[in-house]
Amino acid sequence: MAKEYVDGATAIARGALAAGCDFFAGYPITPATPILLHMLNELPKVGGVGIEAEDEIGAISMCIGAAMAGARPMTATSGPGISLYSENIGLAIMGEVPLVIVDVMRMGPATGGATTPAQGDIQFIRWGTSGGYPIIALAPSSVAECYTLTMRAFDLAERFRTPVFILVDKEMNYAMATVDIHEYVDVPVGQRPLVPQQVPEPAVVDGVRVNAVTGQPDPRLRPEETYLPYDWDPIDAVPPTSPFGGPHITRFTTSSHDEHGFLTKDPEKVRRLNDHLRLKILRHRHEMEFGIPDVQEGAETLFLSFGTTARAMREAVDRARAQGKAVSGLTLHTLWPVPERLILEAVAGHERVIVAELNHGQYVREIERLMYREARRTQTLPPEVLSLTRADGELIMPEQFLEFLT
Amino acid sequence: MATLPSLEIEQASLPTYKNERPFPFCPGCGHSLILNHLDKALVSLQIPPTQTVIVTDIGCVGLSDQYFVTNAFHGLHGRSIAYATGIKLANPELNVIVLMGDGGAGIGGTHLLNAARRNVGLTVLVFNNFNFGMTGGEHSVTTPHGAITSTTRRGNPEYPLDICATVGENGAGFVYRGTAFDKDLPQRIEEAIRYPGFALLDIWELCTAYFSPFNDFGRKEMLGLVDAMGLETGLLYYRQVQEYSHYVRKLNKEMAEKPVLPLKPIEPEFPHWVDRKFHLVLAGSAGAKVRSAGKLVGYAGVLSGLWATQRDDYPTTVKSGHSVSEIILSPEEIRYTGVAKPDALVLISQDGLKKSGRYLARMTEEDVLFTIPQFAQVETRARKVILDPKRAKVRITRTNLALLLTAAALRELHLFPIDALTVAVQRFQARFADQNLPIIEASSRLVA
Repeated sequence: MAKEYVDGATAIARGALAAGCDFFAGYPITPATPILLHMLNELPKVGGVGIEAEDEIGAISMCIGAAMAGARPMTATSGPGISLYSENIGLAIMGEVPLVIVDVMRMGPATGGATTPAQGDIQFIRWGTSGGYPIIALAPSSVAECYTLTMRAFDLAERFRTPVFILVDKEMNYAMATVDIHEYVDVPVGQRPLVPQQVPEPAVVDGVRVNAVTGQPDPRLRPEETYLPYDWDPIDAVPPTSPFGGPHITRFTTSSHDEHGFLTKDPEKVRRLNDHLRLKILRHRHEMEFGIPDVQEGAETLFLSFGTTARAMREAVDRARAQGKAVSGLTLHTLWPVPERLILEAVAGHERVIVAELNHGQYVREIERLMYREARRTQTLPPEVLSLTRADGELIMPEQFLEFLT
Repeated sequence: MATLPSLEIEQASLPTYKNERPFPFCPGCGHSLILNHLDKALVSLQIPPTQTVIVTDIGCVGLSDQYFVTNAFHGLHGRSIAYATGIKLANPELNVIVLMGDGGAGIGGTHLLNAARRNVGLTVLVFNNFNFGMTGGEHSVTTPHGAITSTTRRGNPEYPLDICATVGENGAGFVYRGTAFDKDLPQRIEEAIRYPGFALLDIWELCTAYFSPFNDFGRKEMLGLVDAMGLETGLLYYRQVQEYSHYVRKLNKEMAEKPVLPLKPIEPEFPHWVDRKFHLVLAGSAGAKVRSAGKLVGYAGVLSGLWATQRDDYPTTVKSGHSVSEIILSPEEIRYTGVAKPDALVLISQDGLKKSGRYLARMTEEDVLFTIPQFAQVETRARKVILDPKRAKVRITRTNLALLLTAAALRELHLFPIDALTVAVQRFQARFADQNLPIIEASSRLVA
């Protein structure tokens, strides 16, 4: 059985390249730098471009510009850099930009501990920009998952035209691990909906311009337009786009806009835009529920975790079972949107859910919310939801899980 | 709409690059003048609108892209040049024009400076009206000293940024200063667009809503200001440069076809004698190849059919302070990578000792401490094996002691044949084989 001895950063870079990433802009920051180095070294070999930007704001801005010129961009940073990305994350949501952002979490607040692992950015990335619109976030908990979930991140970013986060921490990025090479699973990576890359022929029928998307005369089209850059129907559909430099004129804007990409304050158009940005993710949340449920019959307790902490959890589950104790574990790969079906299915029948995370208790809020909502809906008692946290720079240890079973 | 020009790509000549929508600017605002000049330049150039991107910053100028028939990108305040850089890097053949105000030049100063330094092939038009027109006439980085704005009621106490000198002295290939009233501005804009590198036009103009009424500032006063400030106008910098996006592509071509992060599969070649998880900690100094020695142990373990992990701890500095590597070797897959209690600790230096307290306190008689004579008296219940580097009969340096002691420890621990470590060096750290192989060999003399 062939194995590899490798770190997460390498797997993330490989996953990105396998997914067709051809643009990377980043700014050095511990512990995300190895991804920057890999991408700058590797992209030229596949005809892509990597650049060390002047700062984090420049890095994400370049990625967004490149995306609209047709590139598949990725950037990587840590919490302090995410702070600087914040305004542009909003821009990427508003303009519907496919963009993969790796957040290699380090202990905060502020510069915190640069070489110290943490999982403190969970709610930050969810609510990290003004307006409160949804993003997608995936959290690998092994080197092989770093590869596969990076590919998934590109797939979701492209298909939903939205920023997708990969959440790892210093340990996941740097620690060397042994991988059975069969665990590197490739997944299909889709493409943003594209306008057919030719001008309709004929371009005008009875004085009305033909829409390149539908092939039909469309009286909404302006003289210079061959499609509408922000046109969706139904409201949760992702609008087709055309890269700058293609045969169509494309308008991109960070401001509330109409279907042409023109600024608008028309309440009905603004409402439709804002609902669209929310619903194009939330109505499709069940298409992105990834994780590893490991439910044992008769178990009263379910551990729930993600990322590096899930590794300790899975070891604790193995050790408990070896001692004859029944216990279940749920490793989440999708953190946002909350994979509600996956969680509810795994939790069903358990009396306690213990949410373990390397912070002061962030994701546990989502689990409590979900459990109480479900209890209300089904007129039953919710399971007890407990929180296992740590914020001293050390990892949560398997023993800390096992204490709940004594 | 039927009377409007139909803008087919193939059309030989466009009479205008503006659409039918009237500009939204105040009467007398310089923005309308400059945009008409830009239109004339585009008409003269006849670059297809599909191959042109107008990137706008924020402020009144940020509205401008909506009045052209080209591609448009309207982004955040100050970041227009960074978006434009990304667009140009992704597609170097595009004609990328940035429209920004003096406000954008201020908040986005670092992007301006760095795009100039790189000579990214952008055409930047700075609509410089000395204040923030959209938000209420606040002062900007180009507000003249003493000028009245809504945030400098008693006269601007600051001195203005010379945008042209800033980008020009930092490498920009084409730098022009003029006013919105310049008759030849369309030609200058056209030259700037034709210029392959970074081109900037600092175009002074009137803000009739705020700056002009606040300062009794009209056309005559603006022209007088140029002289009063002792500034030159016209083409201030012009030099031959390598356009960045093309230059990068050219450099990258030399890298094409090389293997991309190839998989490095390892088949087991050696036996191992590990029947449970074995925790090995190396504790030494940063910059002394502790992590590197640890990696070799991991590779050797995997070469022996084991699963291995390595977790490192070190300060943010590079070659000072501690470096501790926690290595786990196991016949089964390893989930948790932390080590609470080592089965063996290799203590290499004083920096390592400082970080070893918790390991030493937890270790029992079952465990082994490998260290040098200097630390022979360290308190621990673990069995001590004192390794004297002098016996190695090689020159001991700051960077080879970690491997020497680790190799000696592996000889004592009998986890796998020492040959696995040798092969790990040959295969995974071949560049350092000349230095490292003799050290592994010498380690045998420490434990003989």
